[in-house]
Amino acid sequence: MSALTKVVRSGVQRRWVQTTVITLATAAAVCSGLLGVGLLVASNAPFDHAFAVQHGAHLTVLADRSKTTPAQLTASGDVAGVTETAGPFPVAQVMVRPPAPPGAIGTPLHGPVFTVVGRGAPGDGVDAITVTEGTWATGPGEIVIAAGTGWHIPLHSTLTVGEGQGAPTATVVGVARSVSDTADAWMAPAALAALKAPATGYQMLYRLTGADSAAQVTAARDAVTQALPAGAVTGSRSWLTVKQEATGRTAVFVPFLLAFGGLSLVLSVLIVGTVIAGAVGSTLRRIGILKSLGFTPAQVVRAYVAQALIPAAIGAGVGVAAGNLLAVPVLARTEQLYGTVALTIAPWVDVAVLLGVLALVAVTATAAAGRAGRLSAIDALAVGRTPSAGRGQFAARMAARLPLPRPVSLGLARPFGAPVRAAAMIVAIAFGAAAVTLAVGLATSLNRVQVTADHSGADLVVDGFAGDPSNPDPGEAGEPTTADQDAVTAALDRQPGTAHYYGVTETDAVVAGVSGLNTLSEFTASPAWSGYELVSGRWFTRPGEAVVPTELLRATDRQLGDTLTVTHDGATSTLRIVGEVFDPGNNDFTVLAQAAADARPASWQVGVTDGTDPSAYATAVNADLTALGLTAHVIPSEGPDDLLVIIDALAGLLTLLLVTVAGLGVLNAVVLDVRDRVHDIGIHKALGMTPRQTLTAVLSSVALIGLVGGALGVPAGLVLHGILVPAMGHGAGTELPAVVLSVYHPVQLAVLALGGLVLAVAGALLPAGWAASTRTATALRTE
Amino acid sequence: MTEPLIELRGVSRRYDSGPPALDDVSLTVAPGEALAILGPSGSGKSTLLNLIAGLDKPTSGTVTVGGTRIDTLGEAASARYRRARIGLVFQFFNLLDDLTVFDNVVLPAQLAGAARRETHRRATELLRGLGIDRHARAYPGRLSGGERQRVAVARALMNRPALLLADEPTGALDTASGAEVRRLLTELHADGQTIVLVTHDRTLAAECATRTVHVVDGRITADTVLEPAL
Repeated sequence: MSALTKVVRSGVQRRWVQTTVITLATAAAVCSGLLGVGLLVASNAPFDHAFAVQHGAHLTVLADRSKTTPAQLTASGDVAGVTETAGPFPVAQVMVRPPAPPGAIGTPLHGPVFTVVGRGAPGDGVDAITVTEGTWATGPGEIVIAAGTGWHIPLHSTLTVGEGQGAPTATVVGVARSVSDTADAWMAPAALAALKAPATGYQMLYRLTGADSAAQVTAARDAVTQALPAGAVTGSRSWLTVKQEATGRTAVFVPFLLAFGGLSLVLSVLIVGTVIAGAVGSTLRRIGILKSLGFTPAQVVRAYVAQALIPAAIGAGVGVAAGNLLAVPVLARTEQLYGTVALTIAPWVDVAVLLGVLALVAVTATAAAGRAGRLSAIDALAVGRTPSAGRGQFAARMAARLPLPRPVSLGLARPFGAPVRAAAMIVAIAFGAAAVTLAVGLATSLNRVQVTADHSGADLVVDGFAGDPSNPDPGEAGEPTTADQDAVTAALDRQPGTAHYYGVTETDAVVAGVSGLNTLSEFTASPAWSGYELVSGRWFTRPGEAVVPTELLRATDRQLGDTLTVTHDGATSTLRIVGEVFDPGNNDFTVLAQAAADARPASWQVGVTDGTDPSAYATAVNADLTALGLTAHVIPSEGPDDLLVIIDALAGLLTLLLVTVAGLGVLNAVVLDVRDRVHDIGIHKALGMTPRQTLTAVLSSVALIGLVGGALGVPAGLVLHGILVPAMGHGAGTELPAVVLSVYHPVQLAVLALGGLVLAVAGALLPAGWAASTRTATALRTE
Repeated sequence: MTEPLIELRGVSRRYDSGPPALDDVSLTVAPGEALAILGPSGSGKSTLLNLIAGLDKPTSGTVTVGGTRIDTLGEAASARYRRARIGLVFQFFNLLDDLTVFDNVVLPAQLAGAARRETHRRATELLRGLGIDRHARAYPGRLSGGERQRVAVARALMNRPALLLADEPTGALDTASGAEVRRLLTELHADGQTIVLVTHDRTLAAECATRTVHVVDGRITADTVLEPAL
């Protein structure tokens, strides 16, 4: 074994605290870096992969069958820029009603409106659909449901396809996935033709020579539009839009992971740098001895870099394993979104992050160890023996005047005696405090996003369709009628425990400037209490006013104050936009408007007062509502969204990693400090300082550091939250309301700032215990 | 007969597997005595002093100081014992470099939780009495060796200890400073202070001590009562 190897091995073994700190700090850096970069890559890759496998459509065009023919549509594939086509396929917008849930009577009156496409086979050209369960629909009365619609209909279930009495039924024979998102369901063309759908047309799919930019896709769409009779094209969709929708939810992760990955990386570099610098500073005499024995400066530097790289390499290995394991649940969710593509963190990401972090450690360690190389043997021996100069004497004198127990004042003055070490600890604690502040804010913001996105503030719902109490099957009893608004409000007003309510009617609507069917929700009163949050503007106060989501403003290029033309139930109305509402995650656009005074809402949302049991309230109010043929139901809690659960869990884990690394930084610094001061500790003990007083003195030495670190870290966390949360909103394609952005309470911030003190004390506890238990005679003998 | 202030019975101290640092030592010191422990390097002198100071524990035997068995005390009780009954003076002063002379001197009283006013009065009195009051605001690093040892003595006397223990108090001093410290210890003994000092310095022993014991290889080989100096 060479002399250098022996020196390195003894350094790694003897300084086990330093070795442990470097190992864990590197593990944290690699783990969070891997999560950041790996998920970033993974969140983009699966769509592209699946799109290539399924030969996805770059452009989907909907055409009016009264204005064009299949032959004309087929001929449109010859325009410049189009390389391949599929279609035309017949398409219809059809209400699909699920089977009644167990115990319920009759078929539900409403269901979602599906885009149903008539295709004789999944196809092997453009938009080659993957059948994931069952078979393709080939005969009458068979339907294939698209995966990812949110419906979990078992195979062989019978659906009612269409509205009203006598609508035909279809059996679910398969589940399929189109990465181009061309349909919600498929039927055989003849079976689709048999449906009495309110809107029918043709769907034509195109592959383009160039489709990397929106401009290229728009140019191709314009060329197709020109090739068809005027007014034939009623809607179109770019694959870029589909991709944005598909990757939008995973894109939420990106700024979050980048921030935590960056924080972790910077903190780890800082910790590794201070550990090595501390190791050099506290072993100057050893360095002097090595040099006096003939070690060259390069050998000394190599020895110290190796002492950092060995534990760093172990830590990096641990970090790679942990990062890949932690990524599993997130990637599983992404995989679920795309179905056909198995996801793991790309091996090149593992290698790149591992080597990158090790390179960073090597550079940091080389810079820190450079001092050891530059010191002459004589200087190192002299500096190693001589007590440090009178740094911090003024602080010590001032602290001695404080009306505090002497161990406390001795400890408080200590950071001024080692300002560089104190500064490194402050930075480490500030990082920890920033991470905790960010994680707390992020969790609060995300939970508020869920409440506002789900509009889940109501406790009960009253179905506004009055049935005939004497007929147990309303689905078979002719067209239902909606209950009288005054009668319902009177019943709700009479009921003790009613806090808020509004009636709402949702109808399919066409919004000028936007393709496809959208939704018009008309409210009898402001729905703000039920979780709807405005991003800007105000709520509607009278009929003719509307509040719309950010996405609709963008899609129609409208601003507050502009008007919007909405067609529904055969009538067209012009609504003035008075507010921008936060309504993410909906594939169609919803226009929220004030209902007419005489409206008969389809349902009523009710919120009860604090302390009121919703079930008891439902029982009580149903006594009145039954006479109207209505029933109030408690809205079951859906539990948190799995994406939010994953982000919350990731934030918690990454914060734990950062706080642990910060605590290890404090631990290492205090270990070095105690080691430097062990002789002084011996003197104190010889003069009568008890173990408890020694503990107090060491813990007090990090109290100021913890407070300052907390005071710096919390505002940093606030700023990060202020940057990160809107960036996550942009990743999901939405603006965020104030309730999501302003989540901190002053008392909470004060508590978080005190968390810096807790972190410092926790990090110092172990070395403080060692100092307290060190034998006085041993400490006095220590050089 | 006066109760002994220090009483060691059959005390041995072993470190690892080597020969004992102290081997079956018994010794008593009466109040007001000035005992000098003499012997070559490694003979066990400092170990003996550490045992009396409660800085170390015997492997066997008992150590009683002022009626208290200190060999059975825990760390905290040992610390309280030291600050209440013992004043320690070291060869290399062991002053805290980041504290002023005054703050060094008052430290034992502050650790004991003494009243601030009384602490200041006592420290001022000691510094004046030892002739170093002009250095009260200075840091130890700026003082001569003799002055530093005076500060150390002042600190040792701060809590009015029954026993002053000094380990080679002149070992790191030049001749003039050594004489200065010898004179100081002699005066303290003359005022009734019980002193146990470990030294190589026969002049110190002759001038300050009323009794000497010789320690060789962990055993007391001679115990001599000295004639009072004329």
